[in-house]
Amino acid sequence: MAYSQSLPMRDDDRPDPPPLISAEVESDVRAKLSATWKEKSGFYGWLTSTNHKSIAKRYVVTAIIFFILGGIEAAMMRAQLSRPENRFIGPDLYNQIFTMHGSTMMFLFAVPVMEAVGLYLVPLMIGTRNVAFPRLNALGYWMYLGGGLLLYGAFFLNTGPDAGWFAYVPLSGPAYSPGKRVDIWAQMITFTEIAALIGAVEIVTTIFKQRAPGMSLNRIPLFVWGQLITAFMIIFALPAIVVSSTMLATDRLIDTHFFNPAEGGDALLWQHLFWFFGHPEVYIIFIPALGMVSSVVETFTQRRIFGYPAMILSMVSTAFLGFGLWVHHMFATPLPQLGQSFFTAASSAISIPSGVQIFCWIATIWSGRPRFTTSFMFVIGFFFLFIIGGLTGVMIASVPYDLQVHDTFFIVAHFHYVLLGGAVFPLFAGFYLWYPKLTGRMLSEKLGKWNFWLFFIGMNITFFPMHILGLMGMPRRVYTYLPEMGWGPLNALSSFGALFIAASALIFLINVFKSLRTGAPAGDNPWNAPTLEWATSSPPPSYNHLFIPVVEGRDPIWDAPAGELSVVTGLRTDRHEGLVTSIMDAIPERRYEFKKETILPFLLAVVAGSWIAVAIFTPWGVTIGGILAFIILACWFWPTISPEHDTEVALKKGKP
Amino acid sequence: MTATRDRVQLKASTQSALGVVSVALLGCSGFQSVLDPKGPRAEDVARLHWTFTAIATVVYVIVISALLYALWRASTRKPFIDEHQYHENPDQAAVMKRGVIIAVSATVIIMLAALVMSVSTGSAVATVPDAKPLRIDVVGHQWWWEVVYDDPIPQNVVKTANEIHVPVGRAVLLKMRSTDVIHSFWAPNLAGKKDLIPGHETVTWFRADTAGIYRGQCAEFCGYQHAKMAFYIVAQPRLDFERWLTQQRETAPKPTDSLTQTGERVFLSAPCAMCHSIGGTGAFGNIGPDLTHLASRRTIAAGTLPLTTGNLAGWILDPQSIKPGVKMPPTQLDPQSLQALLAYLGTLK
Amino acid sequence: MIKLYARAGALFALGIALTACKREQRRFRETPPSATASNAIVMSTLQPGPAVVETGVRNPYEDDAYAVSEGKRLFDQMNCSGCHSHGGGGIGPPLTDDQWIYGSDPQNIFSTIVEGRPNGMPSFRGKIPNYQVWQLVAYVRALGGLQGKAVRTTRDDHMMFKESEQARDKGHPSPTFVPPTSVKQ
Repeated sequence: MAYSQSLPMRDDDRPDPPPLISAEVESDVRAKLSATWKEKSGFYGWLTSTNHKSIAKRYVVTAIIFFILGGIEAAMMRAQLSRPENRFIGPDLYNQIFTMHGSTMMFLFAVPVMEAVGLYLVPLMIGTRNVAFPRLNALGYWMYLGGGLLLYGAFFLNTGPDAGWFAYVPLSGPAYSPGKRVDIWAQMITFTEIAALIGAVEIVTTIFKQRAPGMSLNRIPLFVWGQLITAFMIIFALPAIVVSSTMLATDRLIDTHFFNPAEGGDALLWQHLFWFFGHPEVYIIFIPALGMVSSVVETFTQRRIFGYPAMILSMVSTAFLGFGLWVHHMFATPLPQLGQSFFTAASSAISIPSGVQIFCWIATIWSGRPRFTTSFMFVIGFFFLFIIGGLTGVMIASVPYDLQVHDTFFIVAHFHYVLLGGAVFPLFAGFYLWYPKLTGRMLSEKLGKWNFWLFFIGMNITFFPMHILGLMGMPRRVYTYLPEMGWGPLNALSSFGALFIAASALIFLINVFKSLRTGAPAGDNPWNAPTLEWATSSPPPSYNHLFIPVVEGRDPIWDAPAGELSVVTGLRTDRHEGLVTSIMDAIPERRYEFKKETILPFLLAVVAGSWIAVAIFTPWGVTIGGILAFIILACWFWPTISPEHDTEVALKKGKP
Repeated sequence: MTATRDRVQLKASTQSALGVVSVALLGCSGFQSVLDPKGPRAEDVARLHWTFTAIATVVYVIVISALLYALWRASTRKPFIDEHQYHENPDQAAVMKRGVIIAVSATVIIMLAALVMSVSTGSAVATVPDAKPLRIDVVGHQWWWEVVYDDPIPQNVVKTANEIHVPVGRAVLLKMRSTDVIHSFWAPNLAGKKDLIPGHETVTWFRADTAGIYRGQCAEFCGYQHAKMAFYIVAQPRLDFERWLTQQRETAPKPTDSLTQTGERVFLSAPCAMCHSIGGTGAFGNIGPDLTHLASRRTIAAGTLPLTTGNLAGWILDPQSIKPGVKMPPTQLDPQSLQALLAYLGTLK
Repeated sequence: MIKLYARAGALFALGIALTACKREQRRFRETPPSATASNAIVMSTLQPGPAVVETGVRNPYEDDAYAVSEGKRLFDQMNCSGCHSHGGGGIGPPLTDDQWIYGSDPQNIFSTIVEGRPNGMPSFRGKIPNYQVWQLVAYVRALGGLQGKAVRTTRDDHMMFKESEQARDKGHPSPTFVPPTSVKQ
C-alpha cells in the first residue's frame, strides 16, 4: 500500500511519520479521480480531448502512418533505381517522390514522433496529471495533422512539391517551380513548425514546473533530460525555418525578392537559414533517441546508467555544438578557408559527447546483467549502426573529403545509418519497451526478433553499398543513371535489401495489431523498470497516478525504501488539479488547475489551417482566417479564474 | 529451349553476382570515381579517404569488441543479490570510470589527429600550384554545361559544350557561374565539387596528371534532368591540346556538296537556328549549345548519348523521350531534310 | 465510430479520385505539330460555301502553370522582350494593358505570333514549334491578366518604371560632401 510520507518541502516543517492511507480512502480517491478526469466519449469527445495520453497516442499513430507512407515512397525510389535507365517512374514523379520522402520523414515522422513519445511519457515519468497547457497541446496535434493532410492531399492531386525537402532557391523559387507545388511545401512547414513549437513549449514547461516533489534536477530520468534539451533546441532552431519558409512563400506569392539574385536577393541566404534549422533538426531527432537508449539500457541491464552527469552534459554539449555546424552542408559554396576549418572542427567535435555516451552505456552493460529482449536487441543494433554513421560523419566533417562525397550516395548512406540506426532503432527499442505501458499487453517477442533481424540485415544490405556507390561517383537525387556507369549491380543489391526492410515493417505492424488483442497482459511493471511511468497501471488511467508520487532517488521505483513509493495527498479530486513545483529542487509551490477539454483547439486548427492553405491561392485567406481566428482566440482566452486558482499550497500530510 | 534460357539466366545471374563482388572488391576504379585519382587534388583526398577508412575501421572494431565483451561478461555473471542490486559496486565503478576516461581521451586524440589531417589536406587542395593556370569559363544551364575559352581577340574565343579539353600537367582554373538554378561541378577523378550559384561567381581548379577522358556530373539537384547533366574532361598532351584549340577557333566549313548544302538550309530555316549557333553561318542563337564543332565532340545531350548519326537523329526528332523535360523541343522533319541535316551536322568537325 | 471513420475516409478517397489538378499538369511529350488543329485558325469568320460549325481551336495550355512559366522563358529567349519589353511595351505594343490590336483570344494571339502583323511584328512560322507558341500564348494572356491568378508567373521588376531599390547602384558617399550638422551658421 502507498504511504504518505516526508515531503521534502521546507526544513521547518518536517512532518511526523505519516500514517497509512486506508484502502477505503484509496478507492474513494480513485472513484472521484476517475469521475473528474473521465474523457467524453464519442466522436465529439474524440475531437475535444485534451488528455496528453490520448493526444500523444494519436500523434504516434499518425506519425507511424506517415512513416509507412514515406517508406512506400522510398520503396518506389529503390524500384526505379534498381537498374540503369529504368522507366518505372519519370523524372517529374521521381522528384516529387523523393521530396515527399524527405519532407515526410523529417517533418511528419521523425520530429513529431519523438515529441509524441515525450508528450506521452514525460508527464508520467515526472509524476503529473497532464501537460502544462492541455488545450494548446491539442491544437499542436491538429495543426500537425493539418500539415500532413495538406501535403498528402496535394500530392495525390498531382501537386506534390518537387524541389527537394531542402527546397533550394532559385529552383524552388517562382521562376523555376511554377504552380503551387512548392507553396504547398512551404505552408506544410508552417503547420508542422507550429506543432513542433507547441510540443516544445509543453515539454519545457511541464518538466520545469510540474515534477513530482523530490525530483530535483539531478534526479530527472535521462529520457526526460533528452526531451528537455530537444525542446530547447526546437525553440531555438525552428524560428529560422519559420522565417525562411515564409520568405520563400512571399517570394512566390507576393513577389518579394529575398532570394532572387536578379533583383538583389541572394540564393545563399536560403541555404544559411535552412541549415541553421536543418542541422539542429538532426539532433532534435537524435537526442530524444539517446534518452530512449538510456531507458532501455537501464531497464534491461537492471543497472543505473553509469555517468549520469556526463550523459547530461554530453547531450547539452551536443545541442550547443549542433547549432555551430550548419555550414558543413555548404562546403561547396564559396567560403573562406578559416570559416571552413571552424565548421570542420565543430563537426568532428560532436564525436566527443557521442563517444562519452556510448562508452557510458557500454560500461553500464558491462556492470549489469542484460536480458536479450527485442527492445534490448534494437539497442545493440543501434550501437552497430550508429557508430558506422558516426565514423563516416567524422570523415565528411573534413572539408576536402566532403567536397568529394557531398551530394553523393555516400551521404545518403551516412545519414541513413545515423537516422535509421541512431533514431529509428532506438524508437523501435522504445516501442517494445513502452508498448505494454500504452496498451496493457506485451508484444510478441518471437515476431519482435524477426522484426529486428530483418530490419538489421535489410538496413545493411540497402545502405552499406551506397557508401561505395557514392565513392564510385553516383550523385544523389538522380532519377536514373546510364548503364555504362557500372552502378547497376550495387543499386540492384541495395533495392533487394529494401525488401527485407519492407518485410520487417510488415511484421512489426502484424505484431502491433495482433498483440493488441492477444498479447499477454503486462501488469504494472513487466520489466522491473525504474521510472515513474511504471508506478501506475498499464494502460495508465486518465489521471496518471492515483497519488502524486514523492521521489527519493534518481531511479524512483528502485530507490523507494522498502519498495514502496511515498505519495502526496491533499490535492483536490473534484477538479483537474495538479501540483506546481520549483525548477531546481521540485519543492511544491502551488496548486494548479489544468484546463478541461474543449472543442476550441480543433476549431482554431481548422480555421488557422484553412487560412494557411487558402493563403496559397488568395490573400483573402489571411484576412478572413485572421478574423475567425481572433474570435476563437477571444473565447479561448476569456478569463475564467476561479477564486482558488493561485492560492498557496496547503498540502495536508498524512491522511487527506 | 527452356534449358537454354535457364542457362542464359544462370549465366546472367552469375555474372551479376560476380559483378557485385568485383565492384565491391575493386572499390572504385573508373572514369567517374573518387578513388581513381588522376590529379593532385583528387590524390590528396583519396589518400585522406584510405587513412580515414583505416582509422574508422580500427575504432569500429575496438568499440564493437568492447560492447561484445561487455555483453558476454555481463551475461555470464551470476545475478546480484546485494545492496548494490541496481548500482555498480565501488570496485566496478572505479574500473568503469577508468575505462570511460581512457576511451574518451583516445576519442579526443583521434579526433584531433583527423582534424589536423583534414585541415592540412584542405589547405593543400585550396592552393593552385601554377602561377599561370589555364583559365576556362564554365556556365551552368538546365541541363548542360557551356564551356568558354576566353581570349582577348574576339575571333579566338572558343565556345563548346559538355566537353572540357585541358592540357596534361597544367593547372586549370575554372571561373563558373549559373544562368538559372544552382548546379555543382564535379569531376571525381580530378577534384571535389564547387557549386555554380546564380548571382555569385565561383572558382575552382584541378590538374590532370595523366592523359585520359574523365567524366563528371552535376552534383546539386537542379530539376528534371539533374541525372543527365554530365560532361567530359579530355586531358591531352600540350601539343594536342593546342592543336584542338586552334581547330576549334575556326568557323564551320562551307558545305560543298548539295546534300550538306540542303542540310545547312534546313538548319537555318527550321527552329534549330533559334537556339543554336554555328560560327560562319547566320545561326547565332545562344540558348542551346554552340554547334560550330559539334562533330568533334564525343557525346550529345550533356554526356547522355555517344555522338552517332542515329543518336543524333533520335535526339532531334524526339528529345523528350531521351531526357523528359529538357528544354529542346522535338522537331518534325521529313526524311530527306533529316538526312541532309544529319549530313551537314556531320561536317561540323 | 469506426463506421464514421470509414465513411470519412471513403469520402476523402472519392474526392481525390474525382479531382485531378489540371493546372499542375506538366506534359513533356506533345503531339506532333502536324496532328494539332492549329491550321484551322482563320483571320476572318466569313466563309464561302455552306456554313461550317466552328472548329473550336483552344489553347491546350489555358490555365496551366507549367506552360505559362515555359512561355515566360520562351518570351525572353525568343527575344519577344526585345520589342515588348517584359510586357511593358517599347518598340512593340505593351501586353499588360487591355488594348489588343489584333484580339486577345488565344487563337488571335497564336496567329499574331505565327503570321506576324504589319508594322514590325515578325512571323515565327516554322521557327517555334506549335506547342511552344501555345505556351507563349498562355504567358502573354497571363501578362494581360486573362489567366487565373493561380497560374500567373512572378512579377518582373524590370517592368517597373524605376529600378528596384536592391538592384539600384548603392551609391558612394562623395568625398566633398559635408554633413549638414557641421555647416557653419
